[in-house]
Amino acid sequence: MMKFRFRRQGTDPQREKIKQELFAFNKTVEHGFPHQPSALAFDPKLQLMAIGTKSGAIKIYGAPGVEFTGLHKDTTAVTQIHFLPGQGRLLSLLDDNTIHLWELVAGPLREVGGVKKEGVVSLQEVNTYSLPGRPGIESCSATRVTVLLLLKSCDLLCVGTEGGGVYFLEVPSLSLKDNQTLLQDQITHSLPEDYRCGKSLGPVEALQEHPQQSGKILIGYSRGLVVLWDLSTRLAEQLFLGKQQLESLVWERSGNLFVCSHNDGGYSVWAVTSGNTCNHQPVSSTIPYGPFPCKAISKILWRTTQAGSPVLLYSGGMPRASYGDRHCLTIQQDKDHVTLDFTSRVIDFFTVHSVEQEREFDEPSALVVLLEEELVVIDLQTPGWPSMPTPYLAPLHSSAITCSCHISSVPPKLWERLVNAGKAQQSRHWPICGGKNLAPPPKQQELLLTGHEDGTVRFWDASGVALTPLYKLSTANVFHTDCDPSDDPQDPSNDPDMQQEEEEWPPFRKVGCFDPYSDDPRLGIQKISLCKYSNKLVVAGTAGQVIVLGLSDERSDHLVDVSVVDLLYDREGFTWKGHDRLEPRSKPCLPPASVTAVALHAEWNLIAFGTSHGFGLFDYHRRNAVLARCTLHPNDSLAMEGPLSRVKSLKKSLRQSFRRIRKSRVSGKKRTITTPTSKVQEANAALAEQEEVAPVQRRIEPRSADDSLSGVVRCVCFADTFLRDGTHHGPTLWAGTNSGSVYAYALEVPGVGSGRVCERGGASESSVCVEAVLGKEIQLMHRAPVVSICVLDGRGKPLPDPYEASQDLAIAPDMTNAHSVLIASEEQLKVFSLPKVSAKTKFKLTAHEGCRVRKVAMVVFSSTAQEDYSEHTLVCLTNLGDMHLFSIPALRPQVRYDCIRKEDISGIASCVFTKNGQGFYLISPSEYERFSLSAKVLTEPLCFVQLDRPLEPTSTSDGTTMQPQANGTHKNQMGQAEEEPPSCLSSPILDTPLDSPLSCADLTLDSTAELTVEDVRDFLTVDEAENNLKNIKEEEGRSTGILIN
Amino acid sequence: MNKNHRVPSSRSLNAVEVKSKFGAEFRRFSLDRSKPGRFDEFYGLLQHVHRIPNVELLVGYADVHGDLLPINNDDNYHKAISTANPLLRLFLQRKEEADHGTFGTDSLTRKKNTVLSAVLLRPDHNKKKPPVIISLPKDFRPVSSIIDVDILPETHRRVRLYKHGQEKPLGFYIRDGSSVRVTPQGLEKVPGIFISRLVPGGLAESTGLLAVNDEVLEVNGIEVGGKSLDQVTDMMIANSHNLIITVKPANQRNNIVRSGVGGGGGAASGSSGRSSDSSASYYGYSSHSAAASIPPHIIQNFPVGELESDEDEEDLVIEAGGEAEPIRHMASNHSMSSLPRYEPHLNLRTATTPSPDRAMERGSLEEDGTVITL
Repeated sequence: MMKFRFRRQGTDPQREKIKQELFAFNKTVEHGFPHQPSALAFDPKLQLMAIGTKSGAIKIYGAPGVEFTGLHKDTTAVTQIHFLPGQGRLLSLLDDNTIHLWELVAGPLREVGGVKKEGVVSLQEVNTYSLPGRPGIESCSATRVTVLLLLKSCDLLCVGTEGGGVYFLEVPSLSLKDNQTLLQDQITHSLPEDYRCGKSLGPVEALQEHPQQSGKILIGYSRGLVVLWDLSTRLAEQLFLGKQQLESLVWERSGNLFVCSHNDGGYSVWAVTSGNTCNHQPVSSTIPYGPFPCKAISKILWRTTQAGSPVLLYSGGMPRASYGDRHCLTIQQDKDHVTLDFTSRVIDFFTVHSVEQEREFDEPSALVVLLEEELVVIDLQTPGWPSMPTPYLAPLHSSAITCSCHISSVPPKLWERLVNAGKAQQSRHWPICGGKNLAPPPKQQELLLTGHEDGTVRFWDASGVALTPLYKLSTANVFHTDCDPSDDPQDPSNDPDMQQEEEEWPPFRKVGCFDPYSDDPRLGIQKISLCKYSNKLVVAGTAGQVIVLGLSDERSDHLVDVSVVDLLYDREGFTWKGHDRLEPRSKPCLPPASVTAVALHAEWNLIAFGTSHGFGLFDYHRRNAVLARCTLHPNDSLAMEGPLSRVKSLKKSLRQSFRRIRKSRVSGKKRTITTPTSKVQEANAALAEQEEVAPVQRRIEPRSADDSLSGVVRCVCFADTFLRDGTHHGPTLWAGTNSGSVYAYALEVPGVGSGRVCERGGASESSVCVEAVLGKEIQLMHRAPVVSICVLDGRGKPLPDPYEASQDLAIAPDMTNAHSVLIASEEQLKVFSLPKVSAKTKFKLTAHEGCRVRKVAMVVFSSTAQEDYSEHTLVCLTNLGDMHLFSIPALRPQVRYDCIRKEDISGIASCVFTKNGQGFYLISPSEYERFSLSAKVLTEPLCFVQLDRPLEPTSTSDGTTMQPQANGTHKNQMGQAEEEPPSCLSSPILDTPLDSPLSCADLTLDSTAELTVEDVRDFLTVDEAENNLKNIKEEEGRSTGILIN
Repeated sequence: MNKNHRVPSSRSLNAVEVKSKFGAEFRRFSLDRSKPGRFDEFYGLLQHVHRIPNVELLVGYADVHGDLLPINNDDNYHKAISTANPLLRLFLQRKEEADHGTFGTDSLTRKKNTVLSAVLLRPDHNKKKPPVIISLPKDFRPVSSIIDVDILPETHRRVRLYKHGQEKPLGFYIRDGSSVRVTPQGLEKVPGIFISRLVPGGLAESTGLLAVNDEVLEVNGIEVGGKSLDQVTDMMIANSHNLIITVKPANQRNNIVRSGVGGGGGAASGSSGRSSDSSASYYGYSSHSAAASIPPHIIQNFPVGELESDEDEEDLVIEAGGEAEPIRHMASNHSMSSLPRYEPHLNLRTATTPSPDRAMERGSLEEDGTVITL
C-alpha cells in the first residue's frame, strides 16, 4: 500500500498548473437554428430579435456575432416575447402562465485573448410573475394569459386572459394594479342589447395600443367585439361590433384605421372616427382566398408606404379544401400579390420598419418570418420581394446532416475563393443589426463542412460566433437519380430566375430551403475530406460513391471520369473527378455499400476509402485503382446476400442499440423524459415500448470474430513512416475494421521516397503506377472496432497533414527517431512502436471505466500562460458523452469532462473536433453546440448593446453566467465548476477516487506492466526472427497471407 | 513466447502405457497413441478392465506437474493420450463417492515465474521433487476458479472465468437491482448490478460458482458501484476473455469455510474491507498476501499480474510480439463443475505450514514490487 501513497503524493503540482493553462471545458455557443422555436419578437430601437423555444430558451440575435442566450428554469415553451424597446429588457410568457422579465446586464470583466474587455453583456432573468389563478387547472383557467401588450411608455403591461379580463401590471416591478383590472362585465353593460345575447365575449384575443394617442388600447375579444379603451378614464371610448371570430388586430400608423383578421380567412378594416361610440359595420371586409371556406388568418400586419398603397401581410387564410395544409404568408400591395409557400409552419413574423413618431409612413424594409424550421427574411424594398440569405440562424438541417468535417486555419487563398464562389448568396444588408460584437476578429479562418442527406455539401464559416453559410455544393447532379433533376427545387431563394410566378391562384412562391425529404437516400454524404492546400475535396456517399472534386474559379463544364473499384463481390465504388460546378452526367449509380471511411493525401494524389465490405486505394492523378481489399469474414453469410441487406443490418443494429438505450433510460431511472425530444427519439421510444417488456438485462458475451459487421472498415489513414524497417520510411496506408483488425500497406508512390531501395522483387522503381504491398496485419485481441489510427513521429507528435511539411507550414516530422502508431479501438488506446509493432503503452478505457470510445482526435492545446507552449493531446469522446484527454504517446489521462448526455446518441455521433481544442456536436437536428476544451482557444459571443438605461454590472458572480442550451438537453451541465478557472482543471483529477485507474499515479503501472499481446503479421520484413514467427504460424496450419480469426 | 509448448512432444513412442487405479486396484494396459479412439470407448474400456460395468466413474490423470486433471471428453482424453510420456496414470473414482474436490492445474510454464510457482507448488517444491513430465497443463484449459479467498470477506466470492476462445458462451446476463447496505446512517438501499440469468450449458452455469441474483461487486478489480448497467456490461465484455467478477452470492450457505486463519496478509487484507480490495489486488498487493497466505487446503490463488495480463491466453494460439510478456498464469487452478466433487489428490497437495524459503520468496517479491513501482 505504501507505494501508492508515495506515488500519489508525487502528483506534480507543476504539471497540474500546466494542465490548468492548457485545458478548460466550456460550452460556448450554439450554431444553427433553434430547435422548435415558439415565439418571436423584435426590438426596433436596438435592432435585436428574440426567439423563444419550446424548451424554454430565449435567444437574442443582433448583428452577426451578437448573440445572447437565456434559459428559463423550467423547460416550458415560451409562447410570447415582448421587448421593452431600447431598454435591453424583455418579457416572456411561458406555457405555464408565468411572465418573466429578462435583462441584459453588463458582465464582469472578461479576458478576451489576453485583453481585458469591458461592457460584455449577458442576458439574465430578473423578475417573474404569474397571475393568480386556480392552481392545477391552469389550462382552462380564466386567468390563463392569452395576449400581452406592453405600452410604448414601457411602464404598463396589459395582460389579456382566457376569461376575457384584462389585467394591468406595472413594469418592471411586475406588480399587479389590483384596482384597475378590466373585467368583461364592464364592457358588456355598455353593449347594445342585441349584440349581447347573453353570451360571453370570449377570451381576449388581441390588445393593441393606439399608435398616436397613448393611453388608449384596442381590445379584441374572440367573439369579434373590439373595444377602444381609454386607460386614464377607464371607459370604453368606442365599440366595434364585429360578428366574425377575431384572430388578430393591427393599427394603421395614423390611428384612423385598424384591421382585424378573422378565423374564416377574412379581414376587415374599421375606421376610427371620434364621436362615433358604436360601429356596426367595418369599412371593408374581404376574404382574399374565398369564396370557398378558408382557414383563419392568424396574424395580420398593415404597413403604410410613401409610395401609395399600404403593404398588407398576413399568415394563413388559405382555401381549406385545396391548400389547407400549406404554410403560407401573403404579401399584398396594390396589384402585387405573393403567397409565400413555406415548408414548415409559420410561428410568427414581423416587419422591420421605421418607428420614429415623426415619420409619416411605416416604410417596411424587410419581413422576417419565423418558421418552425428556419428563418426567412424577405426584402420588401426590392421589387419582387426576394428573400434574403441569413448570416446566422441557418437551417443546418435543411436536409438532414449526415456528417461533418472541420478544417482549421484555412489558407486565405482558399478562403477567398470559397467566399467568391458563394458570393451570389451573400446578403446586401442584414436588417437586424443591433449590438456590437466585441470579439476580436478570428486569428484564422475556420471552415465547417456538413454533408447532407440530399447529397449536398455545405461550407460554413465557423471562424466566429455566427455560423455563416459560404457555399453549397450539390453532388446530386453528378448522378442520375430516380427523380427528374429538373423538378428539383434548387433553392429558389438563391436563384431569382426560378421564381417565375405561376399562373395559378393563389400565386404561390416557394420560399425557404428547409426540405427534409431527400429524393434519393443514396445521395447522402457519409464522409468528407478536404485538402486545404491543394483544394481537393473528397466526398463519399451512401451508395459507395467517392467523388474527388477540385475547386475552380469559373463555371465550367467537365466530363466526369468514372472508375469502379471492385472491393470484391458486387460492390462498386464510383470515383469521379471534376470541378466544383458539375454538370449532370448520365452515369448510373448503383446502390453499393455506404462509404464508412475516407482519407485523402493530395501530395501523393491518393484517396483511400472503406466500406462495410473492404477498402480501396485510388490514384486520382493516374485514374487507376491501386488496391482493393476485402475485409469480410469468410463466414459472413450476410455479406453474401448483397450490399443492401448489409445496410439494412447496420440500420437494424443501430435501431436495436437505440432501443436498448431508451429502455435502459426509461426503466433505469423510472421517470419519464420531460425534455422535448426529437422526433427520431420519440419514434424510437414508441418502438421500444412496443417490443420487449422483459426486465432490462444485458448478455455478457465477448465479441465474436464472425460478427456480421466485423468487416466494416472504420478508419483509413495515410502516413509517411517506417513500416518495412527502421531505416527506410515511405508512404503507408492504414485501415482498421470493426473487428479489431488493422491492415498496414507499404505504398510505392512514384517520386516519393525515391531514395528507398525496393526490397520486394517485381515492382521496379521505374513503374509509373502506385503500388501497394501489404506490410502488416494486426489483430487486436479484444476485437473491438478500431476507431482511429494515427502515426506519431519520433518526438511522439502526430504527423503533419500533406503539404504542411513540404510547404513549411508545420514543423517537419522527426524522421530520425523511431515512429509509433496509435491505434484507438472502442475499448483501448494503444501505442505500438514501428516498424516492429510491439506495444509500448496502452490505456484500457472500457475495462476501467465501462465506457467505449466513440470519437478520437489529435488536438494541439496551447497554453494561456506561455505563448509558445503547446501540447499534443488525444481527445476521446466516449459513449457516455464524456471527454477524456490523454497525453501522447504516454497515454496518461489528463482531464475528464462531461460533455454530452449519454442518451444523446446523435449528439455523440455528430461530434467533430477542431485541431485546436474546440468541437461541435448536434444538440438538435438544426443546431450545433460549440464547445471548447482549450483554456486558450474559445469562440464565444462577446458583445455589447447600447441601451437607454444604464447598464449595471451584475452583482452575482461570474459563475452563474452559464451557457444555456436551446433544447434544454444539457441543463445539468451548465454552471459547472468548469466555469471557474481555478477549479476547472484540478477538480476532475482530484475528484477521481484515488483507487480509480484514472488517477495519474496508477498509470505507470498500467503502461509498463504489460506489453503487446496483439497478433502482428509481418509481410515485409525478412529478418530471421520474423521468419521464425512465420514458420511457427505455418506449422500451425495458418496461411500467412490471410488472417482468419 | 512459449511457442514450443504447442508442439506436441515427438519423442513419445507409438504406444501409451496406461496405469489405471480404482480404489486399491491397479490395471495396466496400453493404447495406440496415433489412434486413441473416442472418450466413450475409452470409458467403456476402463469399466471393462476394472470389471465395474455399471459404476459411474470420474476419470482423472496426473499431468506433467502432478496435477490431477480430468478426462471427461474427447478433447482432454486426446490430450492426455498425446502428452503421456510414456506412462499415463489414471485415477478412477465412483461418482457418488467423490466429494468436495477439484481438479487443479498449475500452468507454470515460464522460467521467470519459477519463484512464484515454487511458492505455489509448495508440496513439490518442498520435497524438491522433479515434476513428473506427463503433459502440458496449458492444454487443459481452466474453466473457472475462485480466487482471493484469503483476502475477501467470507460473504464475497471472486470468480474467474476463463473464456479462452472456446466455443462455450460465457452465458450469463446481468440486470439492475438494489441491495441493502449497512452505512453509518443505517441500512440503505443502494442500486446494484445482479446476475439475472444463466444460459443453460454456458460457462457461467457450468462452473456452478455464479447464480442468479448474485450481486456483482467488482469486475476485474474495478468496483461497479455507481456505474450503469451498460457500463458494467461493457467492462465485462472488455474483460470477457479473462473475466474476474467479485460477487456477493445470493445463497450464502455455500461459502467457503476457511479452515485455517491464513497468513498475515490474508487477515490484514480481509480486515481492510472490500473497497480497498480492488486497488490492492489490482496493483499487486494481493500478490503478497496470496503468496504469503495460502490456506491449507488452497483452492485457488490469484497472482499479481493476472488481472492485468488479459488478452494473453490467446497469444499462444496466435503468435504475438514475442517478448516481454508480463507475469502470467503463475498459479491458476481450476475447477470443473462437470466433475465438481472430486477428491483432491493428496499425494500432490499436502497441506503444509509456510516454510522459511517461502517467506523469503515473499520478501523478495515485495522488494521487486517496490522497485518496479517506485
